Amino acid sequence: MASVTMACPRDAADLVALVAAARAGATRLALCGGGSKAAFGAVPTGPVTRVDMRGFAGIVDYDPAELVLTVRPGTPLAEVETLLAAHGQMLAFEPFDHGPIHGCAGGAATIGGVIAAGVAGSRRLSRGQARDHLLGFAAVSGRGEAFVAGARVTKNVTGYDLPKIACGSWGRMFALTELHVKTLPRAEMQQTLVIDGLNPAAAVLAMSRALGSQGAVAAAAHDPIARRTALRLEGFAASVAARRALLEGLLADTGVLGALDADAATAFWQGFRDLAALADAPLLWRVIVPAGHAPGLIEALELTGARWLMDWAGGLLWVGTRADGALRSLVEAAGGHADLVRADAATRGRIPARHPQAPAVAALEARVRRAFDPDGVFETGRFGDS
Amino acid sequence: MLAMPPVDHQVVARRAAIARALRAIVPDGVIDDPDALRVYESDGLTAYRQPPLLTVLPQTTAQVAQILRWCHQQGIKVVPRGSGTSLSGGALPLADAVLLGMGRFNRILSIDYQDRIVVTQPGVTNLAITRAVEDAGFYYAPDPSSQIACSIGGNVAENSGGVHCLKYGLTTNNVLGVEMVLIDGEVVRLGGATFEAAGLDLLGLVVGSEGLLGVVTEVTVAILPRPETARALLIGFAGVEAAGQAVAAIIAAGIIPAGMEMMDKAATHAAEAFVHAGYPLDAEALLIIELDGPQAECDHLIDAVRAITQGFGCTSCRISETEADRLNFWAGRKAAFPAVGRLSPDYYCMDGTIPRRQLAHVLRRMADLSAQYGLGVANVFHAGDGNLHPLIMYDANIAGQLEQAEAFGADILRLCVEVGGVLTGEHGVGVEKRDLMPAMFTDGELAQQRSLKAAFDPDGLLNPGKVFPLLHRCAEQGRVHVHHGQTAFPDLPRF
Ligand SMILES: Cc1cc2nc3c(=O)[nH]c(=O)nc-3n(C[C@H](O)[C@H](O)[C@H](O)COP(=O)(O)OP(=O)(O)OC[C@H]3O[C@@H](n4cnc5c(N)ncnc54)[C@H](O)[C@@H]3O)c2cc1C
Repeated sequence: MASVTMACPRDAADLVALVAAARAGATRLALCGGGSKAAFGAVPTGPVTRVDMRGFAGIVDYDPAELVLTVRPGTPLAEVETLLAAHGQMLAFEPFDHGPIHGCAGGAATIGGVIAAGVAGSRRLSRGQARDHLLGFAAVSGRGEAFVAGARVTKNVTGYDLPKIACGSWGRMFALTELHVKTLPRAEMQQTLVIDGLNPAAAVLAMSRALGSQGAVAAAAHDPIARRTALRLEGFAASVAARRALLEGLLADTGVLGALDADAATAFWQGFRDLAALADAPLLWRVIVPAGHAPGLIEALELTGARWLMDWAGGLLWVGTRADGALRSLVEAAGGHADLVRADAATRGRIPARHPQAPAVAALEARVRRAFDPDGVFETGRFGDS
Repeated sequence: MLAMPPVDHQVVARRAAIARALRAIVPDGVIDDPDALRVYESDGLTAYRQPPLLTVLPQTTAQVAQILRWCHQQGIKVVPRGSGTSLSGGALPLADAVLLGMGRFNRILSIDYQDRIVVTQPGVTNLAITRAVEDAGFYYAPDPSSQIACSIGGNVAENSGGVHCLKYGLTTNNVLGVEMVLIDGEVVRLGGATFEAAGLDLLGLVVGSEGLLGVVTEVTVAILPRPETARALLIGFAGVEAAGQAVAAIIAAGIIPAGMEMMDKAATHAAEAFVHAGYPLDAEALLIIELDGPQAECDHLIDAVRAITQGFGCTSCRISETEADRLNFWAGRKAAFPAVGRLSPDYYCMDGTIPRRQLAHVLRRMADLSAQYGLGVANVFHAGDGNLHPLIMYDANIAGQLEQAEAFGADILRLCVEVGGVLTGEHGVGVEKRDLMPAMFTDGELAQQRSLKAAFDPDGLLNPGKVFPLLHRCAEQGRVHVHHGQTAFPDLPRF
């Protein structure tokens, strides 16, 4: 077990000093927010300074009419969501707290962690990932320099689109100190329509037909335990009603489309955030696959004893397994990739959390990381290579 | 003339040998005849012209890889080109660089309606993707007004937008994957037929990188079902402030229209004189708001938008009843550029973005600048997302006016940055705004972005002289002065 010291920087100057000290010494910097995803990746092996980013907290600027929020990354996700909701807005990519997935209490997740881990919920299907909603940021790089990228307007092509690589950067390359995030109006109403009894292939097909229609489906998921396929509609009441009628007609040959009441709908979608159905699986994987290939992959995975939940109309599978087995090779054969989200420390030391890339892409990725962090100050060994 | 990186005369002297080597790779695709090369001497930013050393037109990824590997080994610069419609000089050739034209990559490779994905070669035009899927009820959402001509590869390089990107996003939000060749000939696949790529989002970095990071040889895009209905409102206001407030109020009401465009009085008059769309000539600001979706949604939103705009004292409001009406409302907006072109021998199209709340202030300052420079300006504006297109009117035949127009344009863009906006919303930096980058980024920030470029292209051979200010500024008579003696990253390559 590595030696761990703690640091609580309060501004960019503190971070610059921490990076300088790390570059001069042997310690690496492990950035963390609320720690809701601390169990993702390997346990660091060398000396590490845990950098608690929650000192960078608070809303900097929010003008709802501009559809942009400027916020410091250590701000709790819940605080951001409450603020936006009070103005009838939301983060459309539907980020969620990963604490419960790792058996922790909820409420610790920060907006910085959400961005750094590229977290998106069920509405990703229609509204995009975190990367589609981060407009700009300020950060301190592994060179020990404060810099800004992107901007606080939605339409901007000035310079490289660095916000894209900030999303899913997992605290490597640079420490985020300020975020400009796009906000969008919250829908007037939501309604969840369900068809029961479909097998995975029929469910994927039904969701695909709905998405190819005028139904403007916001989210689509399938729960194999309840054998329930759900389509979430969002929007103005008149529009939701019209689209519901359209989908009832479209899918009449597949089954009866019933509507869930508000509590049941909330519970259904909550199941795709806390993944309670897979809570007892020792290994939890986040599998991204072309939706059309999901049924075949599921068949192959089930033969290995895996259990699963399907979101994004088949494009995302949460898979629980007992051992690592052949999962990644099966996923690759289906044209997808898989991150290992939860496992015991020994397994996490052995299996990289992130899906291994083709050698040329891995080499390119390493060069990109080094462009921001030439000495690997932020490479703690959590993600294997350093 | 704009300074470009110093010409490598040794490369120019080897022109015939380079042509031979490239012919060995692409036997039927090397152009070295000086007259034929004229075709490629500029892109949509026609003020700048420079015939390339040679043009090569490969047809396969393997050929692109061979060309780049060979150029890399020989230290020869390469400028990628799609359809050549860039408005920022992104595809402007260099005298000592091979122009790599992607026009022969003109096939759509596969269409998957179940997963709503199209895989296409990069030389296919933006509109051709929609044409290929429209019979099945689908379309490709980003719709730059150049869509009949511009290539999807160029769209990827520029992260192009269109009037509908308020609701449907820019290129970056609709592209799922690329195959790309790096300068050393290595072929990489970033993303693909999935909702997200593995690892770092290199795809997101490549979109909008203006041909500086690699040559895109295949693109995977998402397609959407074509909305059942689309209707538009044409709304006049007595002042820009009121129109801007109405836009803010529409968004505050939870409505994200498919498109929300504003034209000032000068643009409205120019467009009306050109296409006779029935635009209200008394309006100081004209809004075109398009709503799409199911019929029931459109009807509901039309009423809501009309009520909001009336609350802000609109002076006229027409609602499209037929598809012909809707197209007519758009006709003037779509013809705004050529319409301004009729009023003035030349015009110069700018592309800044501002926080919307700054609109009235920015337009007032622009009017002051217009008086100061003695040049007219008309404004069209993607009002929903703050992307402003001032059209500066000038006459290139009058000595000094081009330079005045460029200085006026640069002042406008600095103003955009000053109020919290950016230099370019969708047209790219290219050569045009290269030297303005320090208005937005410090030397250290630019050095950081350059080091990222070096991760893809350490020798700086791909599309040099674009996006970044030249580190060595050429002064009079080609003498080179180093202006940036002190730099943030002395360890980085310089180009
Ligand atoms: C009349 C007119 C209207 C326009 N309207 C809009 C608009 O509404 N919205 C908008 O965003 N833009 C607009 N544009 C700008 C322009 O059309 C876009 O930037 C377009 O994406 C450029 O595509 P292209 O194929 O012409 O690329 P080119 O002009 O050939 O090249 C543009 C850049 O892309 C690079 N490039 C091209 N192909 C590749 C490739 N395969 N791999 C790597 N790099 C490549 C080039 O090196 C260059 O840097 C307009 C232009 C004109 C002339």
